[in-house]
Amino acid sequence: MSDAASPSPPESPGPEPKISTINEAVIRIAGNSQDGIQAIGGFLARLAGRSEQEVMTFMTIPSTISGGPSIFQVRIGSGEVASAGDDADVLLAFYQHSYEEHLSSLKKGGIVLFDADHVEPKPEWQQDYHHVGIPISSLTIEAIGGTAKDKGKNIFALGLLARIFDLNVAKLEGLIGERFGGKDTSILKNALAAFHAGYAHSLGQVFETFKFSESQRRSGQQVVTNGNEALAYGIIAAGVRFGAAYPITPWSDVMEILRRELPKYGGTFVQCEDEIAAISMANGASFAGRVAVTGSSGPGISLKMESVGWAVMAEIPLVVVNVQRGGPSTGMPTSVEQSDLNLACFGSHGDAPRVVLAPADVEDCFYTAIEAVNIARKFNVPVFILSDQAIATRIEAFSAPDLEKVCQDITPDLSPVADFKPYDLSTPEGTTRRAVPGTPILSGRYPIAGGLEHDEYGHPTGSPKLHMQMTAKRRKKLQVLAATLPTPKVYGPPEGNVLLVGWGSTRGPIQEAVDRARAAGDSVSAVHIKHLNPLPPGLENIFSGFNTVRVVEMNDEGLYGYGQLAGLLRARFCDPKISGINKTDGLTWRVKDILERARTDISTGLRKL
Amino acid sequence: MSAPTVELSRQSGNGAVAPATPPERKPLTKKEIASDHPTWCPGCGDFSVLALYFKLIERRKLWQEKIATISGIGCSSRFPYFVQGYGAHYIHGRSLPFASGVSLSRPDLHVFVFGGDGDMFSIGGNHFNHAARKNVKLTCVVMDNWVYGLTKKQTSPTSPLGFKSKTDTWGAVDYPINPMKQAIAAGATFVARTTHTNPNHVLQMMEAAMDHDGFSFIECLSECVEFYEGAFDASNPRKGGVFNVVPPDHDVTDEAAAYKLADQPFPGSFGIFYKASRPTKNAKEAAVNAAAREKVKGLKDWEILRKAFDRMK
Repeated sequence: MSDAASPSPPESPGPEPKISTINEAVIRIAGNSQDGIQAIGGFLARLAGRSEQEVMTFMTIPSTISGGPSIFQVRIGSGEVASAGDDADVLLAFYQHSYEEHLSSLKKGGIVLFDADHVEPKPEWQQDYHHVGIPISSLTIEAIGGTAKDKGKNIFALGLLARIFDLNVAKLEGLIGERFGGKDTSILKNALAAFHAGYAHSLGQVFETFKFSESQRRSGQQVVTNGNEALAYGIIAAGVRFGAAYPITPWSDVMEILRRELPKYGGTFVQCEDEIAAISMANGASFAGRVAVTGSSGPGISLKMESVGWAVMAEIPLVVVNVQRGGPSTGMPTSVEQSDLNLACFGSHGDAPRVVLAPADVEDCFYTAIEAVNIARKFNVPVFILSDQAIATRIEAFSAPDLEKVCQDITPDLSPVADFKPYDLSTPEGTTRRAVPGTPILSGRYPIAGGLEHDEYGHPTGSPKLHMQMTAKRRKKLQVLAATLPTPKVYGPPEGNVLLVGWGSTRGPIQEAVDRARAAGDSVSAVHIKHLNPLPPGLENIFSGFNTVRVVEMNDEGLYGYGQLAGLLRARFCDPKISGINKTDGLTWRVKDILERARTDISTGLRKL
Repeated sequence: MSAPTVELSRQSGNGAVAPATPPERKPLTKKEIASDHPTWCPGCGDFSVLALYFKLIERRKLWQEKIATISGIGCSSRFPYFVQGYGAHYIHGRSLPFASGVSLSRPDLHVFVFGGDGDMFSIGGNHFNHAARKNVKLTCVVMDNWVYGLTKKQTSPTSPLGFKSKTDTWGAVDYPINPMKQAIAAGATFVARTTHTNPNHVLQMMEAAMDHDGFSFIECLSECVEFYEGAFDASNPRKGGVFNVVPPDHDVTDEAAAYKLADQPFPGSFGIFYKASRPTKNAKEAAVNAAAREKVKGLKDWEILRKAFDRMK
């Protein structure tokens, strides 16, 4: 164990506990939303990033402004960490309700650290879980002379965790300094005092402490961030310099970051009066030569749909972000769901083909934003990015992108052109250069962007032939795009019994489910689909290698027994072996739940192959 | 017409070393700026607004690369198709946020928005208020005919009480919106009223609106000869009405006075009711950007972004 910087323990520590070396740990912190438990989780995650460890977090927050139960789970590992973990090794419970609600998420034999000032442990649970009661609230007040009753107890608890997991104290002190080192030096002083008091507190009752083994995988500097932040910076890296939106949870972080950051790059982000105004403003900026971005969550996306149809019709490059949450209607604003896939693929009236992409992890949020912008530019089409509440708020560590290489300048070219047909029927893959307002056109014929069916210059037509040709043009360019998309890689062997199919934020738990099943000798593989509309080529070949194809989604099984992606895949491939594994509890998948739900297929395997 | 455009010939005449001046570019002719033949009914007031827009373009030497013509949905909103220049025919009611996106991202363009009373005061009412209060630099001309024309005679938000339409066969019952009051109350910084039957006045208002640095709004009465014939006769001297200009002693910076002027019974007054000097959203955003850019001076975009990533380490 490393030495604490300058702790003066309030009581003399008991006998040194046993130290075990571990590869990973899942820590669940349960309290109320105003307790700063997200700060503890954030510190742990950033520490992991700085220690070249892998990390993933999971949090729930109530949709109230203040108060209400909240948890933050962090999984830190020296090897690969693909999900936030099913069950916790350590539960830190601040209140009776935190203790009672979350003890079931603790592994049998796990440690529950509880605030003895607020929690009365249940005798019947003492058998199965290692109980460690510490009067966190009163010790914090003792350490920093607290006046405000609960301030600082999160940092005290961080000190406790640092001790139990032998975390790097100097690095944690650095992080605390970055967070609290403001004008008022007493804040930092108090935070460090609380941290040291927690670190120095006697752990006599804990029968062992832990030490992470050396990280195997990572080298070089990692960044630690959440999906919303990665997405916002991806949008900037892609060269987007205009955006407009209306606040809604959990999308708002993205717009706050863009509003704050874009001016540094000469860009503008506008907070609009409503969702329709927001996408309209983005459409206007895109028409004017920018690739603009708008975004929202479920209800707001519903409101934008008429304008998405306009962008399809007028062939305008536009990026629409949907950070999905539980629906329909106001639904579950702070819970996760993948129930907007149909909306993204089919929302709006008429035949309105558009592109839909879904990032699979936090790092992927950054690169998906760039891909979305480039598809929008190349094919003059609206592109949806389907993120979700889980990926938006979870924290991961990943290698910093090569920014010099990935950053793009997409300033419009306004140099004169001889002639320009915005809807040229001879170039189905989309025009190579869109002449935008401000570009002199030497022929004197200027394009009109409109929602009416049009001729090649954009002028309205009621011609049945042109409507057929233009409808086909809008579809064909996406077929051209589809042909260029990479076939997704199968995780696990390309042939076997069960293929788990996923999209979006569920890739981690699905791949862990594959690992666990294969370790138990079962024949399970997985494939993750990022390009949801159009679908990439080669999926039928992948499906043909398996007895059953189970699409794992966080949405309802639907009227006919298939979730939203499962329905799309069945419609596309007419393959009766495709079915779904669905759930609507507003929480992320636990690995064991996926395996349990696929159990029948797994155990009846080998019947065909 | 071709007004001699003195203000644009900037040949230096006093012997100073003048930079090589390219041959003076001619203003666009009506033939060059006209596009599709309008779909409006013969006698529609909108023809007059279109003709005067062409005149404005010619007189003020607005070439195609300098302007964008934006509209929503409605009879009047077919406007951009009739103009040979960059234009957009957007969805119903949302032309103002669309045009704001153009204006805020392209300071080099002058953005003109044309629409009707339904577009601007019914389905797009909220956007009208917010574009006005944000003072986005653009010119918004509402061709107000007091009726829904494209869908063939339903009640509009400006239809007077008692107007018999297909949706109010017994006469309109909902109190109408007063566009001038609406604009003043919303915070528009230029509010003017004109009528299609007085072309010189329409052009005068358009020029003044264009020269205003901010959200400039013109209500232009534009008769629907098909579904509301004679609606504006009381404002047309040729039909026995009176065309009263805004009284010369009216103070255009006095918001309360402007509101009072807007309260006159029809035909009321024509001219500029209100004009205020308030920084545009365009200018305010530019100032935000200038301050932000100052802090990252000399850095390339990827270097600015690297600083953001360094904070995540």
